[in-house]
Amino acid sequence: MFLINCPFCGERDQSEFSSGGEAHIVRPKQPTELSDDEWAEYLFMRKNIKGIQFERWNHVHGCRKWFNVVRDTSNDKILSVYKMGEKPPVNYK
Amino acid sequence: MPNYRIHKTEYIDETKRVSFKYDGKTYFGYEGDTLASALLANGIHLVGRSFKYHRPRGIVSCGAEEPNAICQIGSKKDLTEPNVRATELELYEGLEASSQNCWPNVKFDIGGINNFISPLIPAGFYYKTFMWPKSFWKKVYEPLIRLSAGLGKSPTEPDPDIYDHKYVHYDVLVIGGGVSGIIAAKMAAKNNFKTLLVDDKKILGGSTIYQNNESIKIDDKLSSEWLKNEIQEIKKLSNLTIKTRTSIAAYHGYNFLLAKENLTDHLPEEKKKNKIRQRLWKIRAKKVVIATGSIERPLVFNNNDRPGILLSNSINKYLDYYGVTCGENIILFTNNDSAYETSISLHKKGIKNIIVDLRKSASSELIKQAENLGIKIYFNHVVTNTFGYRKINSLEIMKLSEDGNTTVGNKIRLSCDCLGMSGGWTPMVHMHTQSGGKLDFRDEDQVFLPKENSEDQISVGSCNGDFDLENIIDKTVNKINKFLDIDNQDYQDTNIICSKENDKRNLWLLPNKIPLGKTKCFIDFQNDSTAKDIKLALKEGFRSIEHVKRYTTTGMATDQGKLSNMHALGIIADTAGVKMGTLGTTTFRPPFTPLTFGTLVGRNVGKFFEVVRKTSMHEWHVENNAEFENVGQWKRPWYYAKNGENMHDAVQRESKAARDSAGILDASTLGKIDIQGTDASEFLNRVYTNAWSKLAIGKCRYGLMLNEDGMVYDDGVTTRISENHYLMTTTTGGAANVLSKLEDYLQTEWPELDVYLTSVTDHYSTASICGPNSKKILNKLFPNLDLSDENFPHMSFKEDKLENINCRIMRISFTGELSYEINIESKYGNSLWKMCIEAGKEFNLTPYGTETMHLLRAEKGFIIVGQDTDGTMTPSDLQMDWIVSKKKYDFIGKRSLYRSDTIREDRKQLVGLLTDDPKEILEEGAQIVSDVKSKPIDMLGHVTSSYFSPNLNKSIALAVVRSGKTMKGKKLIIPMENKNINVTVSDTIFLDKENKRLNA
Repeated sequence: MFLINCPFCGERDQSEFSSGGEAHIVRPKQPTELSDDEWAEYLFMRKNIKGIQFERWNHVHGCRKWFNVVRDTSNDKILSVYKMGEKPPVNYK
Repeated sequence: MPNYRIHKTEYIDETKRVSFKYDGKTYFGYEGDTLASALLANGIHLVGRSFKYHRPRGIVSCGAEEPNAICQIGSKKDLTEPNVRATELELYEGLEASSQNCWPNVKFDIGGINNFISPLIPAGFYYKTFMWPKSFWKKVYEPLIRLSAGLGKSPTEPDPDIYDHKYVHYDVLVIGGGVSGIIAAKMAAKNNFKTLLVDDKKILGGSTIYQNNESIKIDDKLSSEWLKNEIQEIKKLSNLTIKTRTSIAAYHGYNFLLAKENLTDHLPEEKKKNKIRQRLWKIRAKKVVIATGSIERPLVFNNNDRPGILLSNSINKYLDYYGVTCGENIILFTNNDSAYETSISLHKKGIKNIIVDLRKSASSELIKQAENLGIKIYFNHVVTNTFGYRKINSLEIMKLSEDGNTTVGNKIRLSCDCLGMSGGWTPMVHMHTQSGGKLDFRDEDQVFLPKENSEDQISVGSCNGDFDLENIIDKTVNKINKFLDIDNQDYQDTNIICSKENDKRNLWLLPNKIPLGKTKCFIDFQNDSTAKDIKLALKEGFRSIEHVKRYTTTGMATDQGKLSNMHALGIIADTAGVKMGTLGTTTFRPPFTPLTFGTLVGRNVGKFFEVVRKTSMHEWHVENNAEFENVGQWKRPWYYAKNGENMHDAVQRESKAARDSAGILDASTLGKIDIQGTDASEFLNRVYTNAWSKLAIGKCRYGLMLNEDGMVYDDGVTTRISENHYLMTTTTGGAANVLSKLEDYLQTEWPELDVYLTSVTDHYSTASICGPNSKKILNKLFPNLDLSDENFPHMSFKEDKLENINCRIMRISFTGELSYEINIESKYGNSLWKMCIEAGKEFNLTPYGTETMHLLRAEKGFIIVGQDTDGTMTPSDLQMDWIVSKKKYDFIGKRSLYRSDTIREDRKQLVGLLTDDPKEILEEGAQIVSDVKSKPIDMLGHVTSSYFSPNLNKSIALAVVRSGKTMKGKKLIIPMENKNINVTVSDTIFLDKENKRLNA
C-alpha cells in the first residue's frame, strides 16, 4: 500500500487514490484527421514498463484532483509527483 | 492419570487450576498453559491424524510452526473454529477442543487404512487418477473428494463475535519481543522514537526468557534473569507501546503492516461476552525492525512422524517454561549444539536422556558440560527407523559412513518414549521477503538470510542468521545504532558469556539402508508429503520449486511449510545436483499465520457491510409496502405490493394505472450534476453526441454520452437553467463515474474551459408524475403555473413555489406519457411526495416502482444504459443515429464511430421481439438463434429486456441481434431448456409511435 504525496493535500494512503494509467497521452486535437491506426494508437496502446513509469493518479477520496506520478514499477518507489500541465522531471527517462 | 508436570515454574500458576475438555474427556491444566502443554502434562501426545494417510500424529512444536496439533475449538454452530494450533491456544476454563481429520476417533481412525495402501497414492495421485473417464469428474470424483477433504469444520451460522480495526502510525515498529527485539525497542524508544513492539506470545522474552544454562550468562546473571530486568525497564519507557498476543500477518510496501491482536481468545466463555475478540492493527511505520527469530528444523528420516517425536527445543520449552516433560526416557537426535541445552535441562530435572549426533565429533562449552554430566552421546550416528504405533517406543540408530551418504555397521536399537530432533535453525525471513526484500544463501549452515537493501527496514537477531547470544546482542546494538542514526551506549559494557558452536553438518535426507520407496520420511507433516514424493516429482520432470511444491503439495497446508520448505528445497538441490542458493525459495505470502475472516472484515458486517442510500421519501415507501431493489447503493422501490399482490400483479396494476390515469415515481436517485461556467455549453458539446449550443434557456434536452471508444456510456436529460448554468441528470448507477470522467477531461484535456462541476444528487428529491391526468394534478399543486403546451411544452423547465419552497419542474418523460418531474430541496422531499399523493387521490395517482418504470419505457423502446447496453453498443447499434450530430467537429468518442470495426454491418444491434404466442414472456439473457438443427448452433444475440405489457396485452422484448437492423419481420428462435420459443423481429417502439401521449 503506497503512500502518495498528493501535490495539493500532502502524503496520504493509497486507498484514497485511484490510478488512471499512463500519463502524457494527449488527446489528439483533430481526431477526424487521423487514420484508424493513428486513432487506435491513442485509444488502445499503453506501455507496461518494468522500471520507471509515468502515471496519472486521482485523489478521488480527497481533493479529487488529477496529478502525475513517476513510479519505478520494479520496486513501487514513487520518485516524483507533479501537477497536471507541469513538465515531467527530466532526470527520469 | 499420569502427571508429566514435574516442577514449578514462574509461568504456570499452580494455584489456578483450569479444567478443559479434549475429545469429550475432561482434563486439568493451570493458568499459563497452552492447550498443548496441558495435554502433554496429561501424557497426551496423539492429537490428530495426518491428512492423506491418516497416520497418528502428535504435538511437534510449541509455536506457530505446529503442523500436527491443530484442533477444532468449541462445538456451537456459530462459534466453532477449525485449524487452531494447540501450541498457541492459551488454556482457559471450559475450553472444548477436539482432534480433526479422524473418524470415529483419533485412536481408532477408519481412514488409517490409507497408510497401508499408501504405495497406491503417490504424489500427483489425484491428478493422475481422476482424469478418466472425463464424465466422472463432476458427478462421482469431485463430490467424493470433497467429502474426504478438508481438516476441520467451518461454523455454519454467523459469527457473533465483535472484531475491530485500528490505524496507527509509529516512527519505529519492532516485530518480535525476543532478546534482540527488546534491545531494539529500548534503543529506539530511549532515543525519542515513538516505538511499537509487538509479540505474538502472552509474555515477552522469546526463547531466552526460560533459558537457565549456567554457561550462558549476561553481566554475571543467567540470560533469562538479565532479560527480565530489561523487560521491566522497557515497560517504563513512555514512548514505547508494547502489544503482546499480537502477530504481524502481512508486511506490505511502504512499511504498511497488518497485525492481529488477540484480545479474548484466552478468556473463559463468560468473560469473553461483549468484548472485542480480535483487533486488526493497520500500522504505518517509518522504520521497521524485524526480530522474528528462527525456528528449529526437524530431521528427515524413516518414520519421523510418530507421536512423541518433537523438536528438541520445544521439549526444552515444555520443560523449563511449562514445567512439563515430554517423556521419561528421551533421545535427542541432532546435527548442532542446541539439543545439548535441552539435554542438560532434562538431566538437571532428572530426566534420563541420550544424544545421537550426526556430526563426527564436536566440541563446545555445551558439549563439554553434557559430557561432564555423563550424558551418553553417539557421535556420527543417524536414526534410521522408529517404532510404536500411537506413540514412539524405540528407535534404531546406525553409524554414518565417512561421506555421510550411507550407513555402516550394525543397527543399535534404543528404547525411548520421546524423541527430540534438531536439524539446525531456519531464520524467519517471511517478513523481510513479504516487504519485497531478497535473500542470500549461507552455505555453512544452509540458511537463507535477508539481503539488506532498504533504509526503512532491517532484520536483527536470529532471523538475520545470528545464533549465539553474544553475536545477537553485539550485532543488534550496532545495527540499530546505524539504522536509526543514533549513538546509544546502553549495552557498551554488557558482558556476555556463551557457548560457541564450532561444528556443523547438515544432511537434508538422512541415509538409510532401506530403499527410499519403502520408507516414510516425512517432509510436510500436515500434508503428508515425503522425500519420496519430492524425488518422484523430479523424476517426472518437475524442476521449478514452485511446480514441485504444487505437485506434491509440500508447504501448502495451514502451516504454510514453516517446517518443511527448507527440506524440500534441500532435497531438490541434492537430487538435481544444483546449489541450494541458486534454486531460490517459494514465495512467502501473507498471512504469516491464518487470520479469521472476522478479523479481516472488522465492523463491516451486517448493516455496516455496505453504505445504504435512502431517498427522503423512503419511509413512505416502507409504510406503503414497497419491495426494494438495490441500484448501486440506493434502495429504490421495486414495486408496491397492494393487498398481498405478487410482483407480476403489482407491476401490471401500476403500469396500467400510469397509462390510464396517473402514476408517480420516486426519481430522486438519478444522478444530478450542476454545471456552471462561461464554457458550459461548449463543454456539453464535447461530452455529448448531440449539439447543445442552441438549447434555449428553460429548455431540456436528452443526451447520449460515449466513451472515447465510441460505446454508449451514459444518458440523461440536461436542462439549461440560465445562460451559463445547466443541470445534468445521469443514470442512478452511473452518477459517480460520470462525474469522475467529466472531471478527468476538464482537469487534464481541457483545463482551458471555464466550467465547474458539482454533484447535487443528494441535494434534490424528485417526484415524477406521469399519465393523462398528470397535468390536472400539477395544476392542483401549482395553481399559479401556466401548464399550457404553449407556455410549458414538452422538454422545458419552470420554477415555482410549493408553499413558499422553490421547486424546479421539468416536463420530461421516460414513460412516453405526459409527464412532469418536480425537484425540491431534499429536506422537503417527503412533504412534496405526500402532497402529490394527496393531490392525486381523485385521479387514482398510483405510486410505481422501478419494475413498472422499466416496463413503461420498454413499451416506448427507450433504452436503459447497462441493461440494453453492455459497453459494446454504439449509438448506431442502438438505432439511435438521430442523436449523433453530423455537424459537430468533435465530441468524446466521435472518431471511434467510423473505425472499421464500429461500422461493420453485422454488429449486434438493438431490435424489438414479439413472441408468436403473445402470452409467452421471454427470459432476459436468453440466447437467440435462427436455426436449432445445424450444430454448432450459431448464436445471434440475446434478450436484454422482457415484459408483459398490460397496455398492449402482449409480451414485448428488446434484444441485441447480429445485423438486427435488417431483420425486421424475420422469424427467430429462442431455445430454452425444454422448448423453443418462436419470435418475430419488430420495431423497438411498441406503443404510441407518433408520441401523441406526450401531449395528451
